[in-house]
Parts: sequence; C-alpha cells; structure tokens
Amino acid sequence: MSSNQIRVMVAKPGLDGHDRGARVLARCFRDAGFEVIYTGCHQTPEQIAAAAIQEDVDVVGLSCLSGAHRYLFPAVVEQLRERGGDDITVVGGGIIPDQDFQLLYDAGLKAVFVPGATLDGIVDWFKANVKPRE
Amino acid sequence: MEKVKKIQSGDVRTASRLIRNLEDGSSEARATMKHIFPLTGHSHVIGLTGSPGAGKSTLVDGLVESFRKKGKTVGVLAVDPTSPFTGGAILGDRIRMQRHAEDPGVFVRSLATRGALGGLSKAVGDAIHVMDVMGKDIVLVETVGTGQQEVDIMNHSHTVVVVLIPGMGDEIQAIKAGILEIADIFIINKAEREGSSKLRREIMAMLDMAPESAFQAGWRPPILKSENAFEPVSFSKSLDELSDTIDEHYKHLVKNGLLGSWAHRKTSMELNEAIRCSVLDPVLNSLVANGELDVMIEKLMKKETDPYTLAEDIAGRFLKTC
Ligand SMILES: Nc1nc2c(ncn2[C@@H]2O[C@H](COP(=O)(O)OP(=O)(O)O)[C@@H](O)[C@H]2O)c(=O)[nH]1
Ligand SMILES: [Mg+2]
Repeated sequence: MSSNQIRVMVAKPGLDGHDRGARVLARCFRDAGFEVIYTGCHQTPEQIAAAAIQEDVDVVGLSCLSGAHRYLFPAVVEQLRERGGDDITVVGGGIIPDQDFQLLYDAGLKAVFVPGATLDGIVDWFKANVKPRE
Repeated sequence: MEKVKKIQSGDVRTASRLIRNLEDGSSEARATMKHIFPLTGHSHVIGLTGSPGAGKSTLVDGLVESFRKKGKTVGVLAVDPTSPFTGGAILGDRIRMQRHAEDPGVFVRSLATRGALGGLSKAVGDAIHVMDVMGKDIVLVETVGTGQQEVDIMNHSHTVVVVLIPGMGDEIQAIKAGILEIADIFIINKAEREGSSKLRREIMAMLDMAPESAFQAGWRPPILKSENAFEPVSFSKSLDELSDTIDEHYKHLVKNGLLGSWAHRKTSMELNEAIRCSVLDPVLNSLVANGELDVMIEKLMKKETDPYTLAEDIAGRFLKTC
C-alpha cells in the first residue's frame, strides 16, 4: 500500500551548541508521525542544504539561538535554491526579534517560531502546511 | 528513460526522490526500477550491524573518509527504527557523518524501518540498486540489532562487518543468535574499555568451534579493533585497517569465484521479496481494506474455522493456477 510520509530535517546552523530545544522538537515531530532527520549542531548553510537534498525532505526546520539568524536562515534558502531544492519549505525558530520577521519572510522562510510558540502549535502548523510530495 | 540517465550521471535530487517514492510504495517508482535493475552490479556493498550505541555511525563516518582517500565514491544507507506507536522516526545517524555532506563523492541517505511485512529488506535492496547505478564504488549499509530483519538486510552485502563493544555481556548471546553466520569481519569498537581482550578471546573461541565449512574458501573472519574515536589520528588509522580488510575480503570473493554463489543467494532473496510485494501484499491489503481480515480473525478466535482452510480459500480466490 502506498503511503506518503512527511520527512522533516531539524538543523542547527551556526556556532551555538545548545541543541536541547532542537532535540525536544525532533521527538515531538516523531510523535506526530513524521520522519525526522537530525543533523546536530554547528552546521553551515551549505551542509544543511546538501543534507536536505540527499534526504529528500519536505521541510527544513532551523533553530538558532546565537542571533545570527538574519544571515544564516536566508543563506540556507539560498543554498537550497542553488541545489535545485526551491520546493523545500524552510522554517526557523529561536530568539528572533519582531523586527526581523519581515526580513526572514522576504528571504523565503514560510514561518518563524519564537520562544512563546507551543510545541503543539508548531506541530499543528506543520500538519496544516507541509504536504508530502506525491 | 530520462530519470535513469540522470541517476546514472549521479544526480542526487533524482536519486533521493526515487528512493523516497520506493519507500512510499509508488507504482511509478517500481516501474523505474525495471530500468535500473539491468544496470546494477558495480558497487561493493558493505553492511555494518551491531547494538545501538556500539559506534556503527562513527565507524561508517571513518570508513567514508578512508575510502575517499583511496579515491572511491561512497553511498551510505543508515537505517533507524520507526516508532511502533506513532509511525514517526528520529534518524540521527547523519550527525556523525555531516562533515562529508558537501563532498559530491558521498551520498548519505537515512531510512526508517517503517514496519511493512519484510518490506524493509526490499526497500534497502532497492536503495542499494539506486546508489549502485549512480556509480558509487562503495555502498555502506548501517542497521541496528541482530534480528532476522538485520540478517535479511545483511544478505544484500558482499561484506558484513559486525561491530561489538566490551562489557555488554549480551554480545556473545547476540552472536550466537545468527550473527556469527553472516559476519565476515568483527570489529571491537571502544576497545579502550575494560573487557576488550576478554571479548576478543570469546569471539576466537567461538570461531574455533565453528565448522571449517563456515569459512567461505577458508576466510576466517578477522577480529579488528578501534578505540578512542575522539583521537582522530589513531582512530583513522584503525579505520584504514578496517577498509583494507574489507577490500581484502572482496578480493577473496573474486579470487575464489565466490561472487557467483553470492549473487545467486542474493538474487533469489530479491525475487522472493519482489513476489511477496506483488502477490502477497495486494492480497493482504485488499483483505484489510474491505474488513475481511478482521472478520476472519474473529472467526478464528471463536474456533469457527481454521487458518489452513482460510488460507486455501484465499488462494483459491486470488490465484488462478494454484
Ligand atoms: N569511548 C568511545 N566512544 C565511542 C567510540 N566510538 C564511538 N563512540 C561514541 O559512542 C556513541 C555512539 O556512537 P554511534 O556511532 O552513534 O553508535 P551507533 O548507534 O552504533 O551508530 C557516540 O557518542 C560516539 O561518540 C570509541 O571508540 N570510544
Ligand atoms: Mg547509528
């Protein structure tokens, strides 16, 4: 029987090494029935994009607490584009000030989650907005 | 076929999509495999198995480095379990291998076990074919555990590496449960820990008890060791030794004309799996979809009928020539 699974990559670009939040999120996605590829900390945008293509994920979730999201998140979108992965949804989370939202949406991110976001809320957003490819 | 040409030229996007569609059971993907199959047979397929946390992904990462130094291109298939409760999975093997992410000569793909009847081994076999046709010289397959499922998967490999660690106690039990038969190479990882030489002696003793016929053309599985993965220089030296031993094993298969019997065994298993997928699965799926299967189970529980009669009835309905 054919059944199309949602595949998600959770990645931490940049220098901060606090991946507790990312791990919690990965477990949450698993419990929601997704296949989650976790790539660990200290990833460059190039590494993240290359891995997302190799894994053929539907969505890349970026987590960044270091404040470098203004540069790192758009860079991932750019790297995906370069590798033919423009159809892969990119979302981001972390400590992101309101005034940066527009910049991130303009860069191509589809959602931005800040510390107030509940895990259930994030999962619901994924379920509503991410469709597995046919 | 356009798609197949792209895969032959090494196109990662097309290959990873095909692997995904195969996992999802798409009939179009299966049709593509008809064009892939005749082109296979280039890769040296290497399986690594062992307990969770034994260091398989760490060793795979080191092997990738070692084979790349030898100028070989590498595909990696890393299998992790699907949660039986939610159908989701966390695939974390990549964490150890990300330094190769940008190397165009390396393609790493994570697979969840999902849990279809015997379907995993088939999914792995298909993914190996895709990497093979991409032109990967080496395909490394990592699986957890030592059950029948892993033995089936390992049957897709020319060379099987069993990863053990000291101080687990149950390791030898695991070996007895069928891993000894499929191991071509043992590696004791985390060998800096206590109990490493005891484990080595235990494996030796077991190999001593095995009949000579267990060693294909006299290949007695060597027992290697690796330790202190965090000291890159010495660790990568032991990984070079492992990759050399893997190469030697392949040469042994070639020199002794064993590739033919290996291919025969593997191909017959593949045919089995393909038949199950095209014959058994549709039958079961249709019985599940219309609720008949549940009715049958109820009847069986009340002893109103028996499984033998039911199976004969089903065969009579679905198969024309039985
Ligand atoms: N002490 C020690 N730890 C190791 C060694 N090799 C791997 N590890 C660690 O063991 C843990 C599990 O490794 P991993 O490769 O993910 O194991 P897998 O589950 O078998 O794939 C990781 O934290 C590794 O860093 C080793 O030789 N010595
Ligand atoms: Mg692993």
